[in-house]
Amino acid sequence: MTKGIESLARWGRKGCDASESLGRAGIFLAQSAVAVPSREGLRLWLHQVYFVGVLSLAIVLVSGLFIGMVLALQGYTILVDFGAEQALGQMVALSLLRELAPVVAALLFAGRAGSALTAEIGLMKATEQLTSMEMIGVDPLRRIVAPRLWAGFVSLPILTVGFSVVGIWGGYLVGVEWLGVFEGSYWSNMQASVSFLDDVGNGIIKSLVFALVVTWIAVFQGYDLVPTSEGISRATTRTVVYSSLAVLGLDFVLTVVMFGGLS
Amino acid sequence: MTDVPFVEIEDLHFTFGGREVFRGINMAIPYGRITAIMGPSGTGKTTLLKLIGGQLTPDSGRVLIDGQDVHRLSRKALFELRKRMGMLFQSGALFSDLDVFENVAFPLRVHTDLPEPMIRDLVLLKLQSVGLRGARTLTPAELSGGMARRVALARAVALDPELILYDEPFVGQDPISMGVLVELIRRLSQALELTSIVVSHDIKETLSIADYVYLISDGKVVAEGTPKSLDTHADPRVSQFVHGEPDGPVPFHYPAPDFYSDILDDATASGGHP
Ligand SMILES: Nc1ncnc2c1ncn2[C@@H]1O[C@H](COP(=O)(O)OP(=O)(O)OP(=O)(O)O)[C@@H](O)[C@H]1O
Ligand SMILES: [Mg+2]
Repeated sequence: MTKGIESLARWGRKGCDASESLGRAGIFLAQSAVAVPSREGLRLWLHQVYFVGVLSLAIVLVSGLFIGMVLALQGYTILVDFGAEQALGQMVALSLLRELAPVVAALLFAGRAGSALTAEIGLMKATEQLTSMEMIGVDPLRRIVAPRLWAGFVSLPILTVGFSVVGIWGGYLVGVEWLGVFEGSYWSNMQASVSFLDDVGNGIIKSLVFALVVTWIAVFQGYDLVPTSEGISRATTRTVVYSSLAVLGLDFVLTVVMFGGLS
Repeated sequence: MTDVPFVEIEDLHFTFGGREVFRGINMAIPYGRITAIMGPSGTGKTTLLKLIGGQLTPDSGRVLIDGQDVHRLSRKALFELRKRMGMLFQSGALFSDLDVFENVAFPLRVHTDLPEPMIRDLVLLKLQSVGLRGARTLTPAELSGGMARRVALARAVALDPELILYDEPFVGQDPISMGVLVELIRRLSQALELTSIVVSHDIKETLSIADYVYLISDGKVVAEGTPKSLDTHADPRVSQFVHGEPDGPVPFHYPAPDFYSDILDDATASGGHP
């Protein structure tokens, strides 16, 4: 009996802790997202776009190419059984735009940029750089966190678009150049079936949501961690785990909302 | 002392995860003077500076700086107040992505609109005063601990603050730079009428520059007075500390069970921490 109550209490405490840290994360987001635009702010932001976005470009594009090629190969072997290999372009484009590009790019982004953000901010905290910045009278939420948050928010959607473009090109290489699907039908089927608003637009909305969530998790984990070397390694792991789960979970929800009604 | 206090600490209580660090501290730190805070390692001197700077919030009690209650200010007002303070961190806490020059220039760049040549002159002036003008292009990773602390000092005084908090300014300095730093702190305080709070273990140096000394131990102020009056203080705890004697009423050890029984326990339990 007491055992049951104890475990109930433990779950309750866990719930309280979770909602408390969610609350802290929310306040944190609200305080750091309001960045007053200034020339200095723009400079810091561009610097972070380079670190967060440009440096992730290679891994995202290469992955996009391979995923597009694999999609075409797998899709072809199925479609050809029904004599429908003309629809290969449509299949590759829709899978990429609706699902694979936003999700895979976000997962790669969490591993490449998110973990780096957490470790960087965490190390700044552990070496008292954030505290000394506060004592100089500069708010680290504005100076350190905001540029990184906005850089992530802008970079991931652009990376996602790059992922799709390269993926479609990879599909073309395998499908048309290698397996001999008629080039005209690859492109025209794609053009006829992809709706700019429903497919491209929704894909971008997805990636905006993922960008916010992944970057938010990454910077918050860095800012909130226990300032020791163990704390930094734990927080970096948490960033990758939490953001991957959040991306996959949110993807399901967003897919239901966006495409659940499509037939 | 009859001077107007610039920093007032009233009945400050503070706990760190169940450990009572302060149990009612009162201090009045006069304007334009050097006040030293001394005490055994781990008594909470760094913690006290962080409470004064508004980094930590006390359980009860107040800290007033120039009449403003630090812990009741809005975030914005607190950052305004901090522009008037400089703090030298025990670890230096230099920004690792900026070189020495940019570290010292940082407060000037964010809080003033000075033209670039003026910033350059000011930074070189500050670096010259800590003897590191030649090290301006080094990154913090390339500095020794003592050098890093001197750069941090130059950064802390870059904006000519009204109040400076020094956390262990003398640690890791050779006798020459120690002498220079002592002189620098004294000169800053006298020439610019800075209010300085110095936390230090280096009794001789600290007593030589301080106008007033607070000795804290065990969460309380155990003695206060001018360096002279402490030197001949009646309390044995005070004279033990001031004269650096190992044996006396102030314990050297962090609270622990009896050493002898601790060792016997270990033998019977055959290793492993309790
Ligand atoms: N982040 C923290 N969490 C929990 N306890 C802490 C923390 N920081 C300090 N303490 C505890 O608070 C007490 C005071 O620490 P503080 O660093 O202020 O000491 P100090 O007087 O500056 O020591 P030293 O002279 O060695 O620098 C110590 O007993 C320490 O164990
Ligand atoms: Mg200390």
